Amino acid sequence: MTAAVAEPRATGEPLLKVRGLDKHFGPVQALYHVDLDLLPGKVTALCGDNGAGKSVLTKCISGVYQRDQGEIFWEGHPVHVRNTRDAAHLGIETVYQDLALCDNLDIVQNMFLGRERLKNGMLDEDNMERAAGETLASLRVTTVRSVRQPVASLSGGQRQSVAVAKAVMWNSKLVIMDEPTAALGVVQTKQVLDLIKRLRDRGLAVMVISHNLTDVFEVADRIAVLYLGRLVVQGDASEFDLQKVVEYMTTGGSSRTNGARTAES
Amino acid sequence: MEGAAPEEAPDLTAAPGAAEAELPPGVVAQSLGQYVRAYTARIRSGESGVLPVILAMFAIMLVFTIISPNHVFLSAGNLVNLFQQAAVFMVLAMAEGFALILGEIDLSVGFVGACGAAIAVQLIQPITTNWHWVPAILAGLLFCAVFGLIQGTLITRLRLPSFIVTLAGFLIANGIFLKILLLGPFSGYPNLAGQSDNLHVIYNLMWGTIDPTTSWIGAGVVVIGLGLVTWLSDSRRRRSGLVAPPASLSLIKIGLIAVVAIVVVGISNTNRANLGTLEGVPWMIPIVLAVLGVWTVVLSRTKFGRYMYAIGGNPEAARRAGINVALIRTVGFGLCSFTAGVAIMLYASLLGGMSNNLQGGQYVLYAVAAAVIGGTSLFGGRGKPLHGVLGGLVIAAIYNGLYLQGISSVEWQYIVTGLVLLAAIVIDAVSRRGAASGSVTRT
Repeated sequence: MTAAVAEPRATGEPLLKVRGLDKHFGPVQALYHVDLDLLPGKVTALCGDNGAGKSVLTKCISGVYQRDQGEIFWEGHPVHVRNTRDAAHLGIETVYQDLALCDNLDIVQNMFLGRERLKNGMLDEDNMERAAGETLASLRVTTVRSVRQPVASLSGGQRQSVAVAKAVMWNSKLVIMDEPTAALGVVQTKQVLDLIKRLRDRGLAVMVISHNLTDVFEVADRIAVLYLGRLVVQGDASEFDLQKVVEYMTTGGSSRTNGARTAES
Repeated sequence: MEGAAPEEAPDLTAAPGAAEAELPPGVVAQSLGQYVRAYTARIRSGESGVLPVILAMFAIMLVFTIISPNHVFLSAGNLVNLFQQAAVFMVLAMAEGFALILGEIDLSVGFVGACGAAIAVQLIQPITTNWHWVPAILAGLLFCAVFGLIQGTLITRLRLPSFIVTLAGFLIANGIFLKILLLGPFSGYPNLAGQSDNLHVIYNLMWGTIDPTTSWIGAGVVVIGLGLVTWLSDSRRRRSGLVAPPASLSLIKIGLIAVVAIVVVGISNTNRANLGTLEGVPWMIPIVLAVLGVWTVVLSRTKFGRYMYAIGGNPEAARRAGINVALIRTVGFGLCSFTAGVAIMLYASLLGGMSNNLQGGQYVLYAVAAAVIGGTSLFGGRGKPLHGVLGGLVIAAIYNGLYLQGISSVEWQYIVTGLVLLAAIVIDAVSRRGAASGSVTRT
């Protein structure tokens, strides 16, 4: 597949296009010619077994790793994401599996970590507290009692909510979430999935990496499957069922015919 | 969102009692009654703030007052003496606080500070270099800061453990300190006795006094200033619906500051000389307050301070947030050593000179103990300069009280130091465990 030249962005045009992406670590080829589209207002689930390359692909997009070959287009323009700052500048935010929160800091301090607002050279706590409160309210995160409570006192679902709020605070357009529901209880999982849907309703592109296929079918509009470093299939969630995704994840192909676009071998 | 969120969708998975126990009381309380209840719950969960150390201090003072001969412990003369002894511990503990907040330790503070003080004391000697006291002190503090920055660079850039790097620094600084002492014709004891304004200034850091009237005016200015700032910012936050303590609590806080100021100035202004007059607040009190004030503002109101806590709490999260972790940590070690220089400068003033009697190794332990007793965590991310001041007062009270009982032999000082340090670490570890397990078990 040849890389598309920069073109004006139309409705339905992918926010982020990955074309022919290769990544290897020494002799280990982690990704082979990966093509992936992420659409605004859509939740794309990235599935794959352990070692399929999900994390590597995510990190290539979010600037943690540098790609070896291939191109990344952002809103139709080729971009080079050299580090996480570049990614943040474009509007790409990642919510890591370990959430990257400081337990000893409160919610406001965590949400603004590294991007504090200042007044006369000093931290402008009032301003940050108000903005953090507004963001949480707009995402309808209502279970935290106070934005000034330390993150150590939050439940798992609340922590995930704070990490997501932290990511969407910066006018981000793409939020990447690594295993957002891992280690969460039933109620908390529902909270987080509802939160993901609200991000989609705001018009953000969301990429969710998950092992939990129940959650994937609950929330995803599109599904993409990685198998041993190759992106074997991507398409609308309606074109998949659970069994088919499992088949792609474990064998890299499907015995049944389908409408979803599969990558050429 | 208005402060506390509406309770319409309670998080069923979080044990409500546990959340209650772990929240800082100021966060959830709307009234004083709620505040007291939240505070009690929090103390039981191990996140106790400064209350235990203050209670411990009163208990120690009570015991020593009762058992000291003629109850001399509580006399104005002894209390001012206690403040002076405490000043060194307090500032040294604030220094160590920088390393502890980062989740590291600095074993070199005692002798690095000693080098700085020895440099200053040597430079102002009239018969040798005869520097003015300002550049002399600055030169001493600069040495400390550079020493700390070098240690910080080794720790962060080469990823060496701070324990080992500062242990090496401890030995190196000890050697440099002894070398500096031997310079000049002072037989290893450059002192502050003599007729030179510069000598007097450094001697007066500890022994100089502010006359009683000025002391009262100064205390008034400090109390009114702090009170106004506290009241205005709290009431502004209350008005705009941000998280703020109830008005009654702001008033209690301001009242406590005023009481402490009145007690300290009142004690200091009592004539404590056996013959003639000796009264007024020692210079060392505003010096300690200045260090406390500056480092409190730096740590709680600047980006640098916020990043110190973030690194102590979760270095990986700090790195991903785009914080230059290596730079902040290096500067943290620099400030640690710099502040240690201030502390031992006060020590030099207290002793009227520098000599090889300085127990640099023991002082490190006192500094760590004071910070931890005050409430700073050995595990990083938690601690305030105020903790160092309170812990320093406790250590000095023990030291002073034992001395009054005639237990001044060095063996007992070692044993008591060790026990106090051990107690502080046990309290820190146990309270941490309590806080960690509290989130699931407590109801």
